[in-house]
Amino acid sequence: MAIAKTHLLSKIKQTSVAALGVTFGIGAYITLVCFMTGLNKMLDGLILNQTPHIHIYSEIEPSKEQPIAGYETLENSFKVVHSIKPKQSQKKIHNALPIMAYINKDKRVKGAIPQIKSNIFYISGSIELGGNLRGVEPLEEARLFDFQNYVVKGSHEDLHKVDNGILLGSGIAKKMSLKLGDKIQVSTIKGDVFPLKIVGIYQSGLAEVDDIQSFATIKTVQRILGEAENYITDINVKLYNIEEAYSMAQEMENQFGLKAVDIKTANAQFETGTSIRNLITYAVSIALLIVAGFGIYNILNMFIYEKMNDIAILKATGFSGKDVQYIFMCQALIIGLVGGLLGLLVGFALTSLIDTLPFETEALPTIKTFPVNFDPWFYVIGITFALVSTFFAGYLPSRKAKKIDPVKIIRGQ
Amino acid sequence: MSTVLETKNINKYFRKPVLFHVLKDINMSIKKGEFTSIIGKSGCGKSTLLYILSTMDTEYEGELYLNNELVTGQHHNKLSYLRNKHIGFVFQFHYLLSEFSVLENVMLPAKKLGEKSLEEIEHDARNKLEILNIGHLADKRASRISGGEKQRVAIARALINNPSIILGDEPTGNLDSHNSENVFNVFKQLCDEQGLSLLIVTHDEDFAKKTDRIITMSDGVIIS
Repeated sequence: MAIAKTHLLSKIKQTSVAALGVTFGIGAYITLVCFMTGLNKMLDGLILNQTPHIHIYSEIEPSKEQPIAGYETLENSFKVVHSIKPKQSQKKIHNALPIMAYINKDKRVKGAIPQIKSNIFYISGSIELGGNLRGVEPLEEARLFDFQNYVVKGSHEDLHKVDNGILLGSGIAKKMSLKLGDKIQVSTIKGDVFPLKIVGIYQSGLAEVDDIQSFATIKTVQRILGEAENYITDINVKLYNIEEAYSMAQEMENQFGLKAVDIKTANAQFETGTSIRNLITYAVSIALLIVAGFGIYNILNMFIYEKMNDIAILKATGFSGKDVQYIFMCQALIIGLVGGLLGLLVGFALTSLIDTLPFETEALPTIKTFPVNFDPWFYVIGITFALVSTFFAGYLPSRKAKKIDPVKIIRGQ
Repeated sequence: MSTVLETKNINKYFRKPVLFHVLKDINMSIKKGEFTSIIGKSGCGKSTLLYILSTMDTEYEGELYLNNELVTGQHHNKLSYLRNKHIGFVFQFHYLLSEFSVLENVMLPAKKLGEKSLEEIEHDARNKLEILNIGHLADKRASRISGGEKQRVAIARALINNPSIILGDEPTGNLDSHNSENVFNVFKQLCDEQGLSLLIVTHDEDFAKKTDRIITMSDGVIIS
C-alpha cells in the first residue's frame, strides 16, 4: 500500500540499512554457495569424471562355495578348509565384445567402452619402474570421461593416430626426464620389451596415479601382451543418470556373472565429503540470513515505536488491526525483496569476480581460475530465503502494531 | 430530530492499579445537528466517556447506539468500519502523518473506506480544505505547517467521509486563543451549515459556553 511505500521512502536511511543487511546476507550466501559448490564439483569431477559409473571386470576370488559343501554325507558337520586359493579363472572378460554391444544398446547407457589393465615396467637404462599401462579407446574416453582434460601435453587424438604411442603419466615423465616425442621402453611381466613413442603427458592431479599410470591404445596393449583382439579386462559404463548406477550394477552382475561396481560404492567416502561440505555451506548461509533477519526485526521494531502515533490515528480513523499489520508486513517484504534482489546482484558480481581470479596448482592441470558454479537455482533459493526471513522478521513487530490500543496512545499524550 | 449517538447505563471500571468506578450509569444522547460540549474537572471521566463513545474503547458495561444501531459487542473489524464511516475525530494533538502531504493526510480515511474513486476523493479533500480556508496548503508536507493549520487539517480529515458526528478531545487545548477562536468558528459553521453533530470534550469554559448544550460531569456522573 501507498503508506508503506511513503514510510520507507521517508526513512530511506533506516530502510537502506535494513535492506543492506539482507543484501549482504543474500550476497554472501550466493557467493559462498556458488564458490563452495563450484569447488565441490571440481573436486568431485576430479575423481568422478574419470570414474565410470559402473565398472565391470572379472574378479579373481575364491569360490563362494567350496566343493566340500556339496558333499552330502558331511552336510550337518563342521567343515574347516585351510589355505583357500582363488578359483582358477582368467583376468579377461569372457565374451567381452558381445557384452559391450549388448550394454551399449541399453537406453539408460551413455556408453560402454573397453579397457585393458596391465602391469608393466618402465625401463630406463638398468632401472625398472613398476607401473600400469592401460589400453583405452582415446576418442571414446574423451567423449565419456573427459579424458582430454587430463592430457597436459600432446593430445589424446595423437594417441589415437600414432601407432605404438603412449600417454605417459607426468610423474614417470619427470622421474625419467622424458618429454614429448621421446621413446620409452616398457617391459611386460613376462619380460618382452617394447619401445613406445611418447605422444602426450597425462596428469590426473593425484600424484599416486601420475607416478604409475600410462595409457596406450587397446591394440597397442594387446600387441604388447601378445593377446588376441578380444582380450579385454574391464568395461567402463557411463550412464545418463548416475542414480541408476547401483541397481544397474546389480543387474549386470547377475546377468553376466562378472563383478560390477557402481560409482557410489566405489567412492562412498567422496559422497560423504561432498554432503558434509554442502551442509557446512548451508549452515553458514542460513546463519548469515538469520542475522540479516534480526536486523530487519530490530529496525521494524524501532520503526513501530516511532510510528506509534501514526498507528493510533490510523486505527482511530477506521483502519483495522489487520490493515496496520498489512502495512508493516508490506514494508518488511519490500525490504526483503529489494535487499534480496540487490543481494543477488552483489552475489553475481562477486562470483563473477572470483571466477576470473587465477587459481593454478600443480595438482589441477585443467583449472586456471577459481571454480564457480553458476546455478540459477541458488538465486531462486536466495530470493526465497530473503522473502521468507523478512516475512518472519516483519511478522512479529507487525503483530505488535496490530495489537496497539489507540486509546492508550492518544490518552497518553 | 433523529438521535446520532445514545448511551444506556454505561459503567466503566479501571482495574489497574486499583478497582475504580470511573463512569457511573451514563445515559445521554446526541441529536443530529447538535453542538454539544462536555466539561468537568480532570479525572472526572469525560475523556473516558468520549473514547467509549468513539467505539475505540470496548471494555465497558452498558449499551451504545450509533444511528440507532447497537454498537456494543460488535466485532472490532465492524467497529473499525463504523468509525471510518460515521465518526470523525479531532484530538488535542493533531496526529497527522508527518511524511505525507496535507492532501494525502486528508484523503487517507476515504481511501480506506473505498466507496469513491481516487479522483472523487481528491476532489472532496480539496473541497474540505477550501471550506476550512486552507486550500493553499494541500500539497505541503504535513510537518511543514503551523500548529493552527495542522489542527484544521485534522478537522478536514475528520470530515472527509461526511461522518454523522465529530468527536473532539480538547481540540483547542494546544492552541492559542486566536486559533481556538478559529477552530470554534469552523465547528460552529459546520454545525450550522451542514447540520453536523459535534461532541467536544474541553477544559475551556469560554469555548463550552458558546456551544448549544453543555454536559457537565463530576466524578463519573453527569450532573447537568
